[in-house]
Amino acid sequence: MFLLVAALAAVSTVRGADIAGVVTFKGTPPAEREIAPLMDNPDCAAMYKTTPTTHFYVVGPKGELADVVVSLKDVTGKSTGAEAPPVVVDQKGCLYTPTILAVQTGQKIIVKNSDNCVHNVHSKPTADGNEEHNDVQMPGGADLTYTFAKPEPFLKFQCDVHPWMFAWVSVIDSPYFCVSDKDGKFVIKNVPPGKYTVQAAHRKLGAQIQEVEVKDTDVTVNFTFEAK
Amino acid sequence: MSKSATNKANPWLCRFAVLTAFVTFLLIGLGGLVTSHGAGMSVPDWPNTYGYNMFAFPISKWVGGIFYEHTHRLLASAVGLLTTILAVWLWLKDTRPWMKWLGVAAFLGVIAQGVLGGLRVTLHRDSLGVFHATLAQLFFILVCAIALFTSRFWAELSAVRMNFFVSRGLRTLVLVTTMLIFIQLVIAATMRHQHAGLAISDFPLAYGKIWPDTGATAVAGYNTRRVSVTEEAPVTAFQIKLQMWHRVVALAIFILVAACAWRAWRRLGGNDSLAKLAVFWLALIFAQVALGAATIWTNKAADVATAHVMVGALSLVTGALWCLIGFGRSASAIPDAQTFGVFGVQTSMMANK
Repeated sequence: MFLLVAALAAVSTVRGADIAGVVTFKGTPPAEREIAPLMDNPDCAAMYKTTPTTHFYVVGPKGELADVVVSLKDVTGKSTGAEAPPVVVDQKGCLYTPTILAVQTGQKIIVKNSDNCVHNVHSKPTADGNEEHNDVQMPGGADLTYTFAKPEPFLKFQCDVHPWMFAWVSVIDSPYFCVSDKDGKFVIKNVPPGKYTVQAAHRKLGAQIQEVEVKDTDVTVNFTFEAK
Repeated sequence: MSKSATNKANPWLCRFAVLTAFVTFLLIGLGGLVTSHGAGMSVPDWPNTYGYNMFAFPISKWVGGIFYEHTHRLLASAVGLLTTILAVWLWLKDTRPWMKWLGVAAFLGVIAQGVLGGLRVTLHRDSLGVFHATLAQLFFILVCAIALFTSRFWAELSAVRMNFFVSRGLRTLVLVTTMLIFIQLVIAATMRHQHAGLAISDFPLAYGKIWPDTGATAVAGYNTRRVSVTEEAPVTAFQIKLQMWHRVVALAIFILVAACAWRAWRRLGGNDSLAKLAVFWLALIFAQVALGAATIWTNKAADVATAHVMVGALSLVTGALWCLIGFGRSASAIPDAQTFGVFGVQTSMMANK
């Protein structure tokens, strides 16, 4: 009985607390553009009835802002990426899905091609130690797998065959991050007690930080971005 | 150019050189389309294409960005073949030793250009694209110069009575202007191979000002408002300054070419070939300024941006050919020129009789 209590206490200590919150956008975001070149490509146009648009600013009716990478700044060397399940990126309708994602250093990124046309998967890192790749992926071809060793915000993936196709992958050297959903919500789970700088980074709107202290209960921190 | 350096015209060799220059010009345009469409890396392997021998790549797979990159490679191969034939032809038939070596230089140039283009793909280096674009311009000048040197026009250039002496001041003015155009094209190649879309989205103002704010806060604001379908990377202060210098140098070129045309017209007379060439040059610069503005107003539409590249190449080669002809008509190249006088309209009128 004593051992069971001790074990539960230990697990409880390791688990830590969650940092959760909502990211909102104040103001009017710039208008998105129709991806007209997509409709000029017969292979891609066949998958659409109307012209798809860019989605740089995914903003809900109450200003909920999606696609914001929220992470613990300056927490490094804590990656469990090698053991973490892979993250899947699909090329579907001649667009990347999702467009914004985050992974740990060393975590596998699996890129699929669900389209009936060829894509080239071209990653363009800028951090030393992250390798650039440019690989062909035929329709129905095998999945491609990538890992990146060094942290880097918004590492770009692109398809040069279809030059409107982009995905941005934030590579983080710890498991403490989350990408805000369509409701603007995020949860960074199991954060050990301590003082942290929480960073919220949007690809177009830049980054904000807030200081928080995690003890034994969950912490709430919200971010508000404004049109510049 | 001394009289001894001239050669009996070889019409077919000249026509072949003109053909090579023309196809090279088309190749520059196709290269411009590759960059304008962001398709430079759409064929990840080189010299093969998607594992195929380049010449056996099925037409059905020429889709999207692959179409531009692959046809660029095929046309580049054609230019390589034409240049090789031209170099061999010059070596065998042209009596001037320096022309033989000019052919060798063209051959080496086209090889270097092909390898540079291939390395830009296999090494994943955007910066090599700048050198690739710059070497393309120099190669175009070289092939056009070969076409000039093999022409009847050049062979007759030393027939003094047909020409007027071109003053040193005018020659220097055109040379400096041509060098400035070359610098402008290097700036432009650097801008295009940053792959950052339009660094400044308005014209004639820049972000609503004569000279835009390039502070960190302002640049962050510009990036926030930029929504581009093929946008690849956030614009930087360096890129904004680079485009501003592109505009400043464009203004300087416009003024200088106008001065060249005016001086050539006044000193050589309206019937002189160099005066006409200078006026044509000015017309090209007018068109180039209009295309530069249109590139911005159309949010860098690929066809407009490519036309801007092609007219830029024509502007450079026009200046370069003017220099070659002008220096061929210098006092030292035309020993008898003084007998016709050296300055002014009157002299031109005399010689036109």
